[in-house]
Amino acid sequence: MKNAFHSDKPIYVQIREIVEDQIINEQLKVNDQAPSTNQLVQFYKVNHATVSKGINQLVEEGILYKKRGIGMFVAEGAREKIIQKRRQSFIEDYIVALVREAEKLGITNEEILSYIQDVKGREKTNEH
Amino acid sequence: MNIKAENLCFSYGSEQVLHHINFEISEPKIYGVLGRNGAGKTSLLSLIGSFREPTSGQLLIDGEPPFENARIMQNVSFLYNKDFSGETDSPSKIIEDIRWYRPNFDLEYGKELIKKFHLEGKKGVNKLSKGQQSAFNVVVGLASRTPITIFDEVYLGMDAPARDLFYKELLKEQERHPRIILLSTHLVSEMEYLFDEVLIIKEGRLLLQESYDELITRGVTVIGSKEAVDAFAAGKEVLNTEQLGDTRSVTLYGKLSEEDEKYAAELGLSIGPVSLHDLFVQLTKEEQTHA
Repeated sequence: MKNAFHSDKPIYVQIREIVEDQIINEQLKVNDQAPSTNQLVQFYKVNHATVSKGINQLVEEGILYKKRGIGMFVAEGAREKIIQKRRQSFIEDYIVALVREAEKLGITNEEILSYIQDVKGREKTNEH
Repeated sequence: MNIKAENLCFSYGSEQVLHHINFEISEPKIYGVLGRNGAGKTSLLSLIGSFREPTSGQLLIDGEPPFENARIMQNVSFLYNKDFSGETDSPSKIIEDIRWYRPNFDLEYGKELIKKFHLEGKKGVNKLSKGQQSAFNVVVGLASRTPITIFDEVYLGMDAPARDLFYKELLKEQERHPRIILLSTHLVSEMEYLFDEVLIIKEGRLLLQESYDELITRGVTVIGSKEAVDAFAAGKEVLNTEQLGDTRSVTLYGKLSEEDEKYAAELGLSIGPVSLHDLFVQLTKEEQTHA
């Protein structure tokens, strides 16, 4: 399972993003129980310390909350919090690389826009 | 329980295999004991398992030398590549009897494991394949629930699904009944996710004892153009360098400061984590002799 991770980001960050993604796409809803550290260790074959680090960050940020002896649960407003945070880093995380690569290849802004339309169209047809 | 080594030395005849080893283990966690072939892992573990006596220095379990100490030995399991050629009883038969000398042995769990590892037959252990014998060792080690359990390269001959089952059960057991588990291995990449703490033995000496987390954040890989990487790596401890065309990748030992990270970003370098496997390989490789 280790191959599920890429090497340009720390694995604990990728672990927290996996859980965040489940909250964003509403696989996990408010007050649902999040996968336990042990489940994540077993499933992804990632060290306990690494998994805990990612999960603890989610607790610190109020995205998950702990119930002693039971487990972790999705906090009220978690989804909104994640979306807001991801929006803030969207430019850094995606647009910067896109613009750089486009410049390298001499792709114009208009072309970029039309590619975006194309991709969106393709994803729509895939859904049906 | 607690294991303490003080200036521990061990020799086979005139050959000294362990040199002045000091460490203490007291928390019920999974400890990875790593070392290359012949580094002294088995010697160290057999001292803890009270199969042997130190040549000098001390090994203490709960403050007492374990050798021929019945109270301690009852609480320590040492599983290794045993010669089973004289063992004509079947696995199911043997585990029926283990509880007489292992007070915590869980017979129900033992039976469950025997099923999971497909060892239910009437065949004597001596007639089983190497992998099945290893699996039997695993069953005994897990179900004995001794406060100190040592698995010395116990996976030998086990196929990938069986090893996977072993790791799974180990983690489950550790959650249910936490104990001190020592796992020696050189299959580092396959097993590194199991370790809470790591001890690396190199040429009979304890190179380090650290939590997995601490150890793993001590190394980073830095990738970028040759000049930028060299500028960044100057004055740092470089464990390994690799080059592909114009791109250079170095493994650095030591934590990066915030300034380092800023500098790396300025230079356009990408920084990634190091696997325990890579750290292990680099830290235990023989010193290169320059011609």
